[in-house]
Formats: sequence, C-alpha cells, structure tokens
Amino acid sequence: MEKTLNILIGGEAGQGLVTVGEILAKSFVRSGYFLVVTQSYQSRIRGGHNTFALRVSPEEIYAPQEPVDLLVALNDETLTLYQNELSPQGRIVADQGCTLPEENCLKVPYGHLASDKFSNIAALGVVCALLGLDEGLVGGTLEHFFGKKTPGLAEENRRVLEKAFRWASAQSVSFEKLPPSPNPVSRLMIQGNEAIVLGAISAGLKFYSFYPMTPSTSIGLTLARFAEKMGLVVEQAEDEIAAINLALGASFAGAPSMVATSGGGFALMGEGVSLAGMTETPIVIVIAQRPGPATGLPTRTEQGDLNFVLYSGHGEFPRAVFAPGTVREGFTLTRQAFALAEKYQGPVFILTDQFLSDSYRAAELPELETLPPVGLPIQTAPSNQPYQRFALTENGVSTRLLPGWSENLVVAGSDEHTEDGHLTEDLSVRQLMVKKRLKKMEEIRREVVPPEFQGEREPDLLLVSWGSSKGAVWEAAAKMKSAGKRVATLHFSQVWPIIQEQFLGILQEAGQTVCVEGNATGQLAGLIRLETGFEIKKRINRYDGLPITPEFILRELPGTK
Amino acid sequence: MVTVKDYGSYATAWCPGCGNFSILEAVKQALVASQLKPHQVLFVSGIGQAAKAPHYMNVNLFDGLHGRSLPVATGAKLANPGLTVIVESGDGCNYGEGGNHFLAAIRRNIDLTLLVHNNQGYGLTKGQASPTSATGFITKAQPKGAAQAPFNPVAVAVAMQASFVARGFSGNEVHLAGLVQQAIAHRGLSLVDILQPCVSFNKVNTFSWYKKRCQEIPADYDPTDWEAAMKVAEKWGETIPLGVIYRNHRPAFEDYFTALKQGPLAGQKVDMKMLREILEEYR
Repeated sequence: MEKTLNILIGGEAGQGLVTVGEILAKSFVRSGYFLVVTQSYQSRIRGGHNTFALRVSPEEIYAPQEPVDLLVALNDETLTLYQNELSPQGRIVADQGCTLPEENCLKVPYGHLASDKFSNIAALGVVCALLGLDEGLVGGTLEHFFGKKTPGLAEENRRVLEKAFRWASAQSVSFEKLPPSPNPVSRLMIQGNEAIVLGAISAGLKFYSFYPMTPSTSIGLTLARFAEKMGLVVEQAEDEIAAINLALGASFAGAPSMVATSGGGFALMGEGVSLAGMTETPIVIVIAQRPGPATGLPTRTEQGDLNFVLYSGHGEFPRAVFAPGTVREGFTLTRQAFALAEKYQGPVFILTDQFLSDSYRAAELPELETLPPVGLPIQTAPSNQPYQRFALTENGVSTRLLPGWSENLVVAGSDEHTEDGHLTEDLSVRQLMVKKRLKKMEEIRREVVPPEFQGEREPDLLLVSWGSSKGAVWEAAAKMKSAGKRVATLHFSQVWPIIQEQFLGILQEAGQTVCVEGNATGQLAGLIRLETGFEIKKRINRYDGLPITPEFILRELPGTK
Repeated sequence: MVTVKDYGSYATAWCPGCGNFSILEAVKQALVASQLKPHQVLFVSGIGQAAKAPHYMNVNLFDGLHGRSLPVATGAKLANPGLTVIVESGDGCNYGEGGNHFLAAIRRNIDLTLLVHNNQGYGLTKGQASPTSATGFITKAQPKGAAQAPFNPVAVAVAMQASFVARGFSGNEVHLAGLVQQAIAHRGLSLVDILQPCVSFNKVNTFSWYKKRCQEIPADYDPTDWEAAMKVAEKWGETIPLGVIYRNHRPAFEDYFTALKQGPLAGQKVDMKMLREILEEYR
C-alpha cells in the first residue's frame, strides 16, 4: 500500500471524461497494476460536474483515497473544485489558458493537439506519457475500446494520442512515476455491477427483468448485451411491480431469476418479496443503494437501505441478505445467493451501492472450471400420487416440481394454503405452514458467511463494517497499525442472518468498538444490538453521498485529527 | 382423449346464482375441446372471486397478488413457451389494480389467454365500484353514485390493436366456451371480457339486464377490419355485442427471444466456454 497514485479527471458530462477514465484504467490494469475507481456524477446527461478518480498501485489496494496526486482538469470548474485537494507533490494537467502557476501545472495546448471533439483523447495521451505508460499499450487499449466499427474515428484517435504523447514527452516536468508492477499479470477490469452479472450468469441465471433505476441500470444493460450469447431472457418491465412479478412467474416455471433496482424501485417490489416468501419461489433481488428518502441523490452512494431490506415484505418468512465488500465478492456472493434461493426456495438479497456498483477494480475471478454447479436437477416425481408442492417436511423444504415437466400438477398461492397449494382458512394448517416456512431459516443460518476478522485478538480498537466500506476500513486500520496501534477489523459480507456465536466474543474482548457505516443512523450497529444485546457506542457515519474513505475514518476517530 | 372429468369438480365458495359457475363450466369445455391435458395448462390468477375459479379445476396454478397475474403469466410463458398459459381474474384485478400490466401485455402481444370476469363491481370486498361500473352506480363506498366514467376494456384493447379481442356472457355458456377455445388457439394476447351478474352486490346489471342487451355479432362480420371493430367495440347500451370483435396476426412476443428457440429455460446449461470468452472482453 506504500506506493499509490491517485488521479482525478474532472469535467462536465458530455466531454468524454468516462471514456478517458476507462481507457486509462484499462491501460493500468493491462500493465499489471491494481486500481480502485470512484465515479461521481450528477443526474444529468450534459453539463454539471463529474469526476472519475483512479487510485493505482503495483500492490493490491482496496479503497479510494482523498488527496489527489494528479488532477486532470477538462474544464475550469475542476480546478476551482479540486485544486485544494492536491497532495503536497501533486500536479495539475490543464488547458494552457489557465492562470495557475507553472510549477505544479502542466499547461496543455489542447487547441493545437486536437479538435474539440478529440481533446479528451489528447488529455489521455498527455496523462499516459506523464505517468510513463507504454504508448503502444495505450493505443491498443484505445482501439479495443472503440472497436473497428468506425475506422476513421479509430485513426483520428490514434493520431491525436500519438501527437499528445510526443508533446508531453518533450516537456520538462518533474512527476514521480509509479514503480513498475512487480508481477505484470493482466487481470480483469470489472465494476461491482458487472461482477454481479457475471456471478449470476455463471450460477445459471436465465431470466432477468428490470425497470431502469440508477445505480442498478448497468446490470440490465450488461445482461442485455450477453443475452443472445448466453441464452438469457432479459426484459424491461413496465414498472418495478411487474419486474418482480415477471421474475417470480419465470422462476415458478423453472428459470433461475433475478431483478435489480434501487431503494425507490424496491419499495414497489415489496409485495412481490412477500409473495416469494409465501409461494416459496426462488428469486435473487439486487438493491444498488443510493441516498434516500424518496428520490434522494440519484447518482450518489449510501448504505441506507439495510433496515428496509431486512424488514421488506409484509408477514414473516425467511430471507438472506448478502453485502459484497469487493468486486470479487460481488461475483462469489451472487453465486451463493442463487444457490441459497434455489435450495431454500425464497428471496435472497444482494445489497450493493453506487460506489461499489460503479467502481472498477483489477480483479481475478475464480476459475470457471472449478465452480460447482449451482442449480438443482429438475425433478419429475411419479405421477400416481397427487403432488404436494408444500408438503410438510423435517427441515421445511418441500420438493419443488415445475409445471408442465410431468403430469403432476403444481399449485402455488399467495393465500395461506394446504400442502397441495390450494387456499385454506383452516387455522391449524396456518400454524403448520408458518412453522414450515420458518424452519427453513434454521437451515439458512447454518450456511451463513461468517464476518471476516482481521488483526490480533483483543485489540485496543475494533472497526466494524459491512458491504462496500470494507476496503476503507481495512486501509484505515492498516495505517493505524503501521503507526503502532493495536487495531482490528470485523467485516460483515452477509448481514442477515447474523449468528452471534461467530462474532460476539470478538466484540466483547475489544477495547473500543467503532461501527463504520455509510448511513446516518448506524443500521448494522442497531441490528447487532437487536440480535446480541451488544451496543457499539461509537459510530462513524457518512451520509453526504460520497463513499467512505480511509481518510474519512481517520478524521472521524477521536484523537486522530 | 381428454374429457371434462379430467378437470375435476369441486365445491366452491361462490354465492348461489353467481355467473362464475357457468364461466367455470365454459372454460372446462374449452380446455376439453382444445384437447389439452391438465398438466399442459398453467393458470395464473390474482385476487377476487373470479381469481378463485382455477382452484376448482385440476390444472397447474399460480394464484398470486391482486392485479399482478399478467406479469407472473408473462414470466412463466417466457420461461416455458410450451405451456398453455391462461390468466383468469376479475375486472378489479385486471383493469384496476393491474391496469398498467393490461396495457403492457397488449403491447407485448405475449401468447396468453386473458379471461376477465367482468361483473362491474367488487364482489370479494362486498360491492364497491370497479373500473367498469357505470357512472352513477351507487354503493356504500360511492353513496352519491360513482363519479368516474367506466373503462371500456374492449375498446381500449381494439384501439391498441390487441391481437384477439372478444366479449362473452356467462349466460351464454356454449358461445362463451367457443370464444375461450378460439382465444386459446390464437397465438398472441387474447382477451375475452366476460360479462357476468353479481347476484349479491350488483342489483343494476342483473342477469336479465345482460340477457336483454347481449347480442351475438352476425356471422358475416369481419373481425380483421380494425375501423369496423372500433365501432363495434364502442357499442355499449341497449345492445351489447358478443363475439370475436377484433383479431390480427402480430408476431407473438416470445418469438423475439433467441434463448427460447431451445425450449424452456429450465434445465438449459450454462455455456461456460462462451462465458470464458465473455470474461476475456474484460481483460
């Protein structure tokens, strides 16, 4: 973690900022570096102020960083907003028209290097030259990005890139370059949402329905892109209510199904969640959180919907909730969500947020060959006895047959039902059915992903976290450890159910515990207290729409400022 | 050889004299005439007295939420296009709570049969006005009479060029069975709006009220003529036309999905080789 570089590209929407960011990020990944990308954008297509921040290192890194080492300003507003965040050795790349002093600012004659339309590519060339990236590699990445659809465009891009490279290489600027990657393996560059998509496809996803809602939309767009190749049905629904009911219908008929949305859309899905619980229909539900209430801050991040998801859907029924902390976990936990949904026949949730959903990382995924299949074989029971979809069993799980696959008739209902699925008002059956459904929770509890503890036992300070703040907490702890403090971390990647035997001792033996969350009310801390009686008194909460950073944690901790 | 016995016979929770009884019989007759075995058919229903109908038959059934039968049925059909999927529910379910899904299903033209028991009122919740209740319809919830104009599902469906639009009447069981059979055979969204009396809560639109007004469309009527169909669809008053009012041959929605050419989605393996190629795109 010693040698890292934080690059921030700022500009207005429509300037090709994300394009430059993505090509630069991929060039780094192809050169063997690790990275954490933080995208910050306003809810508009043109104008506004957007940033694409890349933190890069030859060693593995986990979190964004606040001080900016290289500020790439595509407009003047970026300078106004970010020049104060420059680290002591930081440098700025800006248009030659800017009034900043020469000593820390490289003034680029964009007008001479390229036409307006290509000035983002000129900026890319200048930055890459400054950082010592290989021109051939960046050029290759540029071509890969734009494809061969418009050859004229590709040629002009390449020409501008070369010209910018040549210009920047001739400048005398002192900028400390990153050490080369010691092990330049090319990893995958994927975002949180893409990891969920790839995990879902590998687990056997066949049906996905959605209504567009930031920051979940890219899940649907990515799946739509692969639908033909991977044999998926992807459907944009008329609303979120339809989206979840479409998925439940598909799942009832045997297709492993998923929906994704954000808080507001999930509010509309609530009744469907309850329906999944009652009809014992497997479904994976992704909620990419953004700040609420109501429309809130549509393009920013928050971890504010844990309670909402925990208690969504009327009535009592089992559920499990995963919260990936890294891109890799986005892949692995999505697979686990599918396995659990299928095995215990009900809703399983994945909680991500704008930060992780949009955050590119250099990741290695598990070898596809080594992955065990997730789905259960399709069963066709003998038809000489009437099939009972909700047969009462030891562990509450009934054999699930699919309609049309045998002569057995499959009946499921949203009303309380008898074992054969038909509605009943027999109140003794009601009690048996409630018990049957809740028994499945005991099985789900047996398969919980335990919270991840890092550090020595009995630490002076224990940082507790969940979901996307994992990396920031790890890095904050590492910084304190290197300053001689006895710090440990406890991170929850599954937030329901939580099993006190797995972590209560760790909480009790720590000197001080601090719960770090991207919300205002400390929802995980509340859940831990509810489940264990243990009160985490000190909280660090961030709710300004930005991701938690190691610097934020260190600032908020008492006595560290 | 499928017979009506295969579809069973069960005690119901309906009031004596309810129009639902003859609708249930007509639906069974249509299934037998279509020579469908019970396990080849999936019914999806919602909430209401009409939504109970499939519970009284031997069929696959997903009895879901109020208003949400169409999306569940659409999902099921897309997961297994080989199933004959029939949505059966009432006017409140399909035209009120599920109105948006009604429009979306027509736009998609998914191959479903949509049977709407239309008694112009809410039976299960004891008599409030429904989307199809006449203006001025007096109930405990609308003591001064319903203020809204009624929804004409047939006219809306024809206007949107739904691919099969019909109206039946529970009091004309043989004719209704014929309509349901045609709806099942039609590929695409097939609406059968079924008028029925509610003996307990609708004292205006009674059996004799309907009987006096309902008239079968003449045999020489051409249901493929959209402009003529619009005129017929708007007729509602002293005469109410029954029969297939409009039909066309828009492609069925499920044809759009390449994945479905290999049959049902369940049991289709993950092409790991292709997934590996996809992963390489991220390198």
